[in-house]
Amino acid sequence: MNGNLLSTSDLDREGIDEILEVADRMAEINSRRIPRVPALRGRTVVSLFFEDSTRTRISFETAAKRLSADVMGFSVGTSSVKKGESVRDTIETIEAMGVDAIVVRHGSSGVPEMVARWARSAVVNAGDGWHSHPTQALLDAYTIRARFGSLEGLRIGIVGDVLHSRVARSDIEVFTELGARVTLVAPPTLLPPSLEPWEVSVSHDLDEVLPDLDVCYLLRMQRERMTEALIPSLREYTALYGLTARRLANMEPTAVVMHPGPMNRGVEIADEVAESPRALVTDQVANGVAVRMAVLYLLLGPGRDALGPVVELAEEAT
Amino acid sequence: MSSTSAHPGDAAPSLVIRGGRIVDATGERSGDVLVVDGRIAEVGPDLSGDVVVDADGAIVAPGLVDLHTHLRQPGREEAETVETGGRAAALGGYTAVLAMPNTTPTIDSAGVVREVLALGRSAPVDVHTTGAITVGREGEQLAPMAEMAELGVRIFTDDGTGVQDDRLMRRALEYASGLGATLAQHCEVTSLSEGTCMHEGEWSSRLGLPGQPAEAEELMVMRDIALARMTGAKVHFQHLSTAGSVAMVAGARSAGLAVTAEAAPHHFTLTDASCAGYDATFKVHPPLRSDGDVAAIAAGLGDGTIDAIATDHAPHTPETKELPFDQAPPGMLGLEYALALAFTELVDRTAVMRESDVLAAMSWRPAAIAGLGDHGGPVAVGRAANLVVIDAAARWSIDSSGGASRSRNVPYVGREVRGRVLHTVCGGELVVSDGEATR
Repeated sequence: MNGNLLSTSDLDREGIDEILEVADRMAEINSRRIPRVPALRGRTVVSLFFEDSTRTRISFETAAKRLSADVMGFSVGTSSVKKGESVRDTIETIEAMGVDAIVVRHGSSGVPEMVARWARSAVVNAGDGWHSHPTQALLDAYTIRARFGSLEGLRIGIVGDVLHSRVARSDIEVFTELGARVTLVAPPTLLPPSLEPWEVSVSHDLDEVLPDLDVCYLLRMQRERMTEALIPSLREYTALYGLTARRLANMEPTAVVMHPGPMNRGVEIADEVAESPRALVTDQVANGVAVRMAVLYLLLGPGRDALGPVVELAEEAT
Repeated sequence: MSSTSAHPGDAAPSLVIRGGRIVDATGERSGDVLVVDGRIAEVGPDLSGDVVVDADGAIVAPGLVDLHTHLRQPGREEAETVETGGRAAALGGYTAVLAMPNTTPTIDSAGVVREVLALGRSAPVDVHTTGAITVGREGEQLAPMAEMAELGVRIFTDDGTGVQDDRLMRRALEYASGLGATLAQHCEVTSLSEGTCMHEGEWSSRLGLPGQPAEAEELMVMRDIALARMTGAKVHFQHLSTAGSVAMVAGARSAGLAVTAEAAPHHFTLTDASCAGYDATFKVHPPLRSDGDVAAIAAGLGDGTIDAIATDHAPHTPETKELPFDQAPPGMLGLEYALALAFTELVDRTAVMRESDVLAAMSWRPAAIAGLGDHGGPVAVGRAANLVVIDAAARWSIDSSGGASRSRNVPYVGREVRGRVLHTVCGGELVVSDGEATR
């Protein structure tokens, strides 16, 4: 990861495998009665969320705490932007306090890369604009691997608003790097203007694609897309691309459904599908903690070689 | 601009530019140039004068003319002033610049024109200004073009944005033609470009940045060609950036329409791949385009479809260029790099031009478009002494200092280029000597 985790495009297969293997060890820790090890004791992790995301933030903070790191939440919100503090000043302020890693979420693509230029500490991208959300893609890959053993040769459909989705960009990169065959399923208005950067196929017909999928990955549909003339209505979107119980029945019995959350029930995913055992949404959330522990450990810990003894340390007395 | 002597009544010291290769619209020849009282007094061998400027082995040409300079004054003096921008221009070999009207307040009335012209009198180069086509550049009401034209404004533009309304643009063209003025257009249909921050294509898709399609520019080029045909008025296309635009302008020219065009150095030098690191130094409007567009701009300059190289020198402070890519203001510096980039990219790399063609596109053709009779040569007796001396062989590496500009948004850092300005003479005064500004 070269000291940072900024984008899935920086990850090769070996790097992804390493993170997923370490995540297996972290999942074991998470299954203990007291899920806490001292691996990152004395290290400080800051979560710097310029854009609200309670789920991702809690997941990262839980991961850091389970490794005994100190966690600081730096509240930015809109107020300090209004006060005129630049991202660079914010980073310099945080670094002056002495931190080891900055977990950054920002509504603008590229901000983690900028932060990494200014910061000495490790930078972890927790989602930037439409660009990348590497830990989401890693937890998705982890979840698929846990179910199917490997992504090699799997047929994965990513359905919905790919254009505005950092999850989609990251999933495409990680899934294809691990050997999966990815099909994007969306109306042309919700696809990036060029698909040249990726090895993917495209369909505008979910019903045609569904029977061939091992994984149907649904993206969150933002309501404001209607006003941007990208779709006529949510109703029409759901009619064409919503995963209903009827459509689920056309999938292979072993095929699964995934969603990065939060779900718009009744829009991209029907209630019955969300509740079905075929939906791995809660697995994704649980695996998110293990994967983020692995990422923080690999960036801040004593090194891969030290992993064995460290994670096998006894549970901490509380 | 004119050089004044230290003692009123005394004649200014005469200046001789010695040993150069004179290049102007009439051709090339060797010779010295004697400058007396702001004018060229003699051109020939073995001349002498009070001050001798060495041009041995160098090009002596009419001073460069920039049709597209953002001097930021009034209103954004932290980014640039007429003085600092004027100095950057002199160092870049320019003797005249045309200030863009997107200042605060907008240059849309005689009062603001007077203010900018007054500021320009202390600059080392001739500062001319454009005026806005519409009040406040808001695209709703015609600005008082006649009162600005009376002060010498010859080009009107809402640069920074294009005039969106078709009827208003038609009327503006008709009105301006009655004043003998030219309308210059920043071609960008905002309904296609709003919220975008780079070229739409492979790189915007990869980077997750909202992209502006080439068609945002091309649709307005197409409309304005139609309106030029309809009204018979002169239209100048600013900073063309796409292959489609170049093709349409070529068509309009062969149809005999009164259209002219410029292109900026960054649009024949850099592609949208430069945005990969999310460094907003590379953010500009119109955006850096694809390889094919860059090649088309160079070709358009080479075959004369595009008349002029204009810098679109657009200073922005480091703080604003450190904003996230989608929030940072667009624009990059150009005045001190344009000539060397043109030699390097257009003469050496793509070989679409000779050095004399570059000088045509940077001096006499833009001077003609702007109607600046004292600029653009030829280097002949009686002409105003607005001259540049260029060491065409000098190779140098562009640094991040930003030169004389108050800003440092240089997208060419580390680039090796050929061609350096040795001396600039403006109104007979040596404003750049051995590569250093004299004031």
